[in-house]
Amino acid sequence: MAELLQYTVKDFKSENEVRWCPGCGDYAIMNAVQRTMAGMGIPREKFAVISGIGCSSRFPYYMSTYGFHTIHGRATAVASGVKLANPELNVWVITGDGDGMAIGGNHFIHLIRRNIDLNVILFNNRIYGLTKGQYSPTSERGKKTKTSPFGTIEDPFVPGQLVIGARGTFFARSIDGNLKLSQSVFESAASHKGTSMVEVLQNCVIFNDGAHDMLTDPLYRADRQLILEHGKPMIFGANNDKGIAFDNRGKLKVVTIGENGVTADDILVHDETEQDPTLHMALINMQLPEFPVALGVIRKVEAPVYDAEMVAQIKQVQQTAKVKCVDDLLKSGNTWEVK
Amino acid sequence: MKDTRVTEMEEVAIRFSGDSGDGMQLTGTLFSDASALFGNDISTFPDYPSEIRAPQGTVGGVSGFQVQFGRKQINTPGDFAHVLIAMNPAALKANAKFMNPGGTIIYDVDSFNEKNLAKANFTTDDPFAECHLDDFVKIPVPMTELTRESLKEFGLDNKSILRSKNMFALGLVCWMFNRPLDYIDEYIRTKFGKKPGVAESNIKVLHDGFNYGMNLQHMTPNFIVHPAEIEKGIYRNISGNVATAWGFLAASEKSGRPLFLGSYPITPATEILSTLSERKDLGVKTFQAEDEIAGIASAIGASFAGNLAITTTSGPGLALKSEAIGLAVMAEVPLVIVNVQRGGPSTGLPTKTEQSDLLQALYGRNGESPAVVIAASTPSDCFNYAFIASKIALERMVPVILLTDGFLGNGSEPWRIPSMSELPEIKPRFAQNPETFKAYARDPETLAREWAIPGTPGFEHRIGGLEKNIAGNVSHDPDNHQINSETREAKVQRVVDMVPDLEVYGDEEGDVLLVGWGGTYGHMISAARELRQEGRNVSLAHFNYIKPLPKNTVEVFSKFKKIIVGELNLGQFAGYLRNMVPQFTYYQVNKMKGLPFTVNELKQSVYKLLEE
Repeated sequence: MAELLQYTVKDFKSENEVRWCPGCGDYAIMNAVQRTMAGMGIPREKFAVISGIGCSSRFPYYMSTYGFHTIHGRATAVASGVKLANPELNVWVITGDGDGMAIGGNHFIHLIRRNIDLNVILFNNRIYGLTKGQYSPTSERGKKTKTSPFGTIEDPFVPGQLVIGARGTFFARSIDGNLKLSQSVFESAASHKGTSMVEVLQNCVIFNDGAHDMLTDPLYRADRQLILEHGKPMIFGANNDKGIAFDNRGKLKVVTIGENGVTADDILVHDETEQDPTLHMALINMQLPEFPVALGVIRKVEAPVYDAEMVAQIKQVQQTAKVKCVDDLLKSGNTWEVK
Repeated sequence: MKDTRVTEMEEVAIRFSGDSGDGMQLTGTLFSDASALFGNDISTFPDYPSEIRAPQGTVGGVSGFQVQFGRKQINTPGDFAHVLIAMNPAALKANAKFMNPGGTIIYDVDSFNEKNLAKANFTTDDPFAECHLDDFVKIPVPMTELTRESLKEFGLDNKSILRSKNMFALGLVCWMFNRPLDYIDEYIRTKFGKKPGVAESNIKVLHDGFNYGMNLQHMTPNFIVHPAEIEKGIYRNISGNVATAWGFLAASEKSGRPLFLGSYPITPATEILSTLSERKDLGVKTFQAEDEIAGIASAIGASFAGNLAITTTSGPGLALKSEAIGLAVMAEVPLVIVNVQRGGPSTGLPTKTEQSDLLQALYGRNGESPAVVIAASTPSDCFNYAFIASKIALERMVPVILLTDGFLGNGSEPWRIPSMSELPEIKPRFAQNPETFKAYARDPETLAREWAIPGTPGFEHRIGGLEKNIAGNVSHDPDNHQINSETREAKVQRVVDMVPDLEVYGDEEGDVLLVGWGGTYGHMISAARELRQEGRNVSLAHFNYIKPLPKNTVEVFSKFKKIIVGELNLGQFAGYLRNMVPQFTYYQVNKMKGLPFTVNELKQSVYKLLEE
């Protein structure tokens, strides 16, 4: 039996000084990624971390793995090439709501559609931080920023909806401050074959401080967060007495156990492996104040994986191929000899 | 009048022309292959509209295919055609201007009816007079009726019968030029292997066309073009796009690096993507991306991961790839970008040829962003330049832009097949020592950095689009940026030691030096050859290496009284030479018609220059 390699978080930190703003949510996310990688038993040279442009995309410089800080919006496309060229690598993509949802939106949906085996972490702070505070594609309608002084007149993307719309096989949501939850969803993402998309709600202390406060306020968070676990009932609340159930029209509703005849048996049980995305989409759509926000692994289903299919197709063709080398090819087909 | 009219010719250009649905590209290709097999040297030029099926019978929907073949070296498809095969009036109208004075026109008289004349916007019932073709040999052949007659036993519907007309024309032309039919028979049998009925009907029409020419030889001219004397070896006919694709396969095998192509379909470059997609047997990974940007971005990722990475495109696609090329320049990863140039700007003339992306290739990026720029000059040497582009990229850790064009990409010529053992070695600059490795430490001679492939222990490093220090980490130090900017340029310039000296065709000194680059070679060399045969003191220097220029460029230029630069744009290479080699005066001959030069117009511009 192969010996399981032992690594620590330190093995994944680079010598570079980390330069995010003090109090930035990115620190905690990176910490969770490093803990996840250390626990995977894979040596660091097998990891490649690819990022686009934005505050979060400085990430690779702070890692001791192979890393590539690419250009705005294209990290998913570059990472696709990395994985296809070398499927042995464990490839992680770091992107943000501007990088992944705006300029890189096209690559984002096509990556998910293809289901290439990449782990993508989408840092969602609902603002452009690196360019100093313009609204992003995930900023809420009416948001006042430097480029929307009278409030935006557009609705935001909900990243999970795009993932489901593009036939995604893995979607999870976490919050920067919850290191334990982040680590557990990253671990689940790493174990998933196919494109794993993890949205991390992240706080920008400078340009959008408190963007997720409604959700993270310690006083109320138990009532406002539903942390999903596969096979467990969707129960939440300070007293663990609230849950998610279907109403009589088949829509989700919040119920309280012990009220109106509701029992624990009425609460839906989370199944992340359900192929039908209907309930996963409904969970993604839940928002405050009517509902708690769903966190954890929402969807994790099996489907053909692009990079594996590519390798398999090449092997299959090669088994019966007449052309084995370039010389064979050059001489194949219609040729004639001049004597 | 003689019973048979036999003409012996050194070279003949034939233009097949009909509706886009008439199968003219196939007809032309089959005739070309049969001529190559017969032993002639050939050069072909497909000329087709960008619409897949423009309205039937209109001039806009005419698809043409010109082939020139001969007993001596053939470098161009011919300025003008000696023989035109016109399947309808629109084909006549579209091609009248491409005819050699006194040439022969063979046309399907059945389709020259009132309706089709009107569709082609003829206003009288004499289309030949309207096109000023009175002095031409005109041979009406009732192709539609004869095809119908030929196939009456087969019980085919009218549409299928009409679709076989091209085979009648092909058979007739094969008789006129003494081409044996066995190759074409074999092709048809293979192509329609699963439909023997279709194969047999096509072969029947083909042979009936041939026999028609033989039986009515009092009216169809007969030409003899002897085989060419060419170098011994095994030959095949190859187009520029296929040659480009195969050059990358050869480079992959030589370098031991797997081949990755990230691309997006675009005319006229798509055939490189489809050709490499067929080569799973050789382990090629092709990725049809969601757009041009993802095409190059995935290739950059594959390059970072250790593959020989390629992206292919045409003009508008190169514009979309600009930012990512800058990333490859900055990160210093090996990458080949192929631009099969077409008419621009914007969507321009997608199916027509042009050389107007030279400055885009050289300078079309933000910042000081030097890349190696090379250009292929014939369909078959696209193989060599694709190979060399890969070699430069892998050995010098630099992006290389390979320029071809629609004329080279779609055109074809016979090619003596090389053996892999004849090709030079390719030695990628793999990182050697993890103790001393730094991502941007350089070879003192070439200034190339080392390539450390992810997955290899001890070489973990970070690269990116930000300015960096020697370790690959971000640096905003002013002096560092100055040094790095100069170093990236110097690294490209030092590729010059891989560049062969510029060759001169003709005398090494004289009155006029004709200068060209890339895809105009065939026309340039033909013009120079004819001018010299006329006793003019003219030589040719044709460039394949644009950046860096060959070492001996100044030396070559300095031996001539006048230099004239010919190119299919408004003077981009001439302007570049004025910048790089400013001590000479450059005259220009430029063409922007979406068509190759004609040999004649190049000669005219030299005559004019000699008189000045």
